Amino acid sequence: MSPAKTKKAAKATAPPAPKRLDVRKTYKLYVGGAFPRSESGRSYEITDAQGKFVANAAQGSRKDIRDAVVKARAAQAGWAGATAYNRGQVLYRVGEVLEGRREQFVAEVSAGEGLTRAQAGTVVDQAIDRWVWYAGWSDKVAQVLGGLNPVAGPYFDISAPEPTGVVGVLAPQRSSLLGLVSVIAPAIVTGNTVVVITSEDRPLPAISLGEVLATSDVPGGVVNLISGRTAEMAPWLASHRDVNAIDLTGAADAVDVDWADLEVKAADNLKRVLRPAGAGGDAVEPDWSIAPDLSRIRAYLETKTVWHPKGK
Amino acid sequence: MAKFEYAPAPESRAVVDLRSSYGLFINGEFVDGTGGSFKTINPATEEHLADICEASAADVDRAVKAARTAYTRVWSRMSGADRGKYLFRIARIMQERARELAVLETLDNGKPIKESRDVDVPTAAAHFFYHAGWADKLEYAGLSPAGSPPPKPLGVVGQVVPWNFPLLMLAWKIAPALATGNTVVLKPAETTPLTALLFAEICQQADLPPGVVNIVTGAGETGQALVEHPGVDKIAFTGSTDVGKAIARSIAGTRKRATLELGGKAANIVFEDAAVDQAVEGIVNGIFFNQGHVCCAGSRLLVQESVADDVVRRLERRMKTLRLGDPLDKNTDVGAINSSAQLQRIRELTDAGEAEGATRWSAPCELPERGFWFAPTVFTDVSQTHRIATEEIFGPVLSVLTFRTPQEAVAKANNTPYGLSAGIWTEKGSRILWMADQLKAGVVWANTFNRFDPTSPFGGYKESGYGREGGRHGLEAYLQTGDEA
Repeated sequence: MSPAKTKKAAKATAPPAPKRLDVRKTYKLYVGGAFPRSESGRSYEITDAQGKFVANAAQGSRKDIRDAVVKARAAQAGWAGATAYNRGQVLYRVGEVLEGRREQFVAEVSAGEGLTRAQAGTVVDQAIDRWVWYAGWSDKVAQVLGGLNPVAGPYFDISAPEPTGVVGVLAPQRSSLLGLVSVIAPAIVTGNTVVVITSEDRPLPAISLGEVLATSDVPGGVVNLISGRTAEMAPWLASHRDVNAIDLTGAADAVDVDWADLEVKAADNLKRVLRPAGAGGDAVEPDWSIAPDLSRIRAYLETKTVWHPKGK
Repeated sequence: MAKFEYAPAPESRAVVDLRSSYGLFINGEFVDGTGGSFKTINPATEEHLADICEASAADVDRAVKAARTAYTRVWSRMSGADRGKYLFRIARIMQERARELAVLETLDNGKPIKESRDVDVPTAAAHFFYHAGWADKLEYAGLSPAGSPPPKPLGVVGQVVPWNFPLLMLAWKIAPALATGNTVVLKPAETTPLTALLFAEICQQADLPPGVVNIVTGAGETGQALVEHPGVDKIAFTGSTDVGKAIARSIAGTRKRATLELGGKAANIVFEDAAVDQAVEGIVNGIFFNQGHVCCAGSRLLVQESVADDVVRRLERRMKTLRLGDPLDKNTDVGAINSSAQLQRIRELTDAGEAEGATRWSAPCELPERGFWFAPTVFTDVSQTHRIATEEIFGPVLSVLTFRTPQEAVAKANNTPYGLSAGIWTEKGSRILWMADQLKAGVVWANTFNRFDPTSPFGGYKESGYGREGGRHGLEAYLQTGDEA
């Protein structure tokens, strides 16, 4: 038999090729370097910008928040104790892996934020570049924000920034990747660990970011991502006694969230509070396309000053 | 050892010209308040010094409005160089009138004249001198990125300062606020208003434009009216953690900013290889300086077990030489407790220390009959859960705990919601640097204690409050920077 004949025969007898059934992704939480479901067993429906069903995301609870704080606390000393060079390397590696997964993020951002693929591509590129920009700060912050104090006496007196500890973050509601990256990277680059309540309606890029972090040498617990209802979980994060700072950026546009209430709760242990932008009581989500400055890094730093006598 | 006795060496009060009553300082003038009045007394003698106005909410409102007008029309428009010149003038007048300020501070506060003369007043003047130079150099403070607008002032700052360092805390608050272009309304503590009112005269002598500095006297209600006033853009507070939390709650949801310098329960850690006599001097300075009325006082002594008995023995011997008495005497080491209420609080906590099983030892000194006095006291056999080991006493009371390893010292030192300061005594440099890294505290003194300087940022971690005062870091709290400017 000639090959040509065989081909012809097959063509004639084979049934029409079935459309491949895609393997759908399960979106879970990212806590302590693992991907658990919510302890509450709940999930909620995520739709794209057109209202079409995309996935069931885990609906995190108070207990998930508390578990995440425990993991974040456990990871904090080790992460802060790593050399700045090492933290920079690890964060840069995140940038590399993000770049490798670019198409996935373009698809998720496009669907969730209702952007064209080209628009979403620009946003994802900005997010990757922003992450890399912050990565480079790890070994520069101490020189820029610290230094020798010329005191009037025979003392060596030096001030250096230190991470404040565990930071709670209300991720921006609208900007599901660029906004998310813009609030996480400045917190962790200096050695803080974070517990993030992801965008309520657009949590999917956050969980995919968790997959990137899990495969980028970022120690488990440094970043913890909890999807669910912001209004349900944020008060527990704001009042948690073992959280040192809280970023209320995501209170803007969150359903049933009044950032003033959260700030009152944060006063219980004098958490450092990063308020949402906006004039008066109206919180707005910032324009993430603007190049950042050091303010988000500085918000989670303490200055430690060490004195020592000088003499012969 | 025979004690070398000194003859009394009282500082003259003649340099101070006390008025029988004082008004409020609003818009460059002393004015009558609409509230009541209260007395300020000398805590060493209970002598009535003067009647002080209790500013009402309406008075606070007047002061804030004066500050706003001065901010809008004059101070925010003035060049940094000219603002700096006013601050240089103030620094110089404080130096010229240093003796008067020191005597007045000691009369009103009860602190030894040698401390007000050699620490409080010169350091206060130094703060004005240091910040004067910043006024025309703010774009070099590294707070705004290149290419962005220079940092801008916030507006009107409400400031509330405590009674432990009345003039020095005033300087810490007013100097950076004015240098960065803000105007202020300051409330001194109700038991120590006199040097703030003398400072108001200094502002007049410096021809400071009216309304740039306003002083409202009063107690908690006056402070609350100031903190809650909608015309105030920023609160700068030094005081207790409880009040700090209340302030954080009251400004929640507003655009008002706050810096809070709150309480502490500092660990002063002595290793077995420390130079013991130096360490003992440091321990004494750490807890008995200013009668222990210091938020960063080394109130928890952590001694390595192997040398604990020796250190405590030498400490008690040193404490026997402390001279307690007339604060105006130049040889006095330990002055009066600032108020009867504070004395009460110290007694309550020390009683609790005994009740909970710690061993109390007080220096054998004779307490004057009148006034508020408390002998320098050490507690040994203290455990970590005792109230005297966890609560801020704010008096001349030291709690001694022991440890065996550096890790244990770190764990015990950090076992507090506060995080203001810490001390390390060891001759081993690498251990100093390791300990300094581990301690959750804003200021770490190694082989020294209680050092302050205008160029050196001061402030706490955790519940010791937010923000830093002094140095380049302290300017941030009074400026809008980057894209918010």
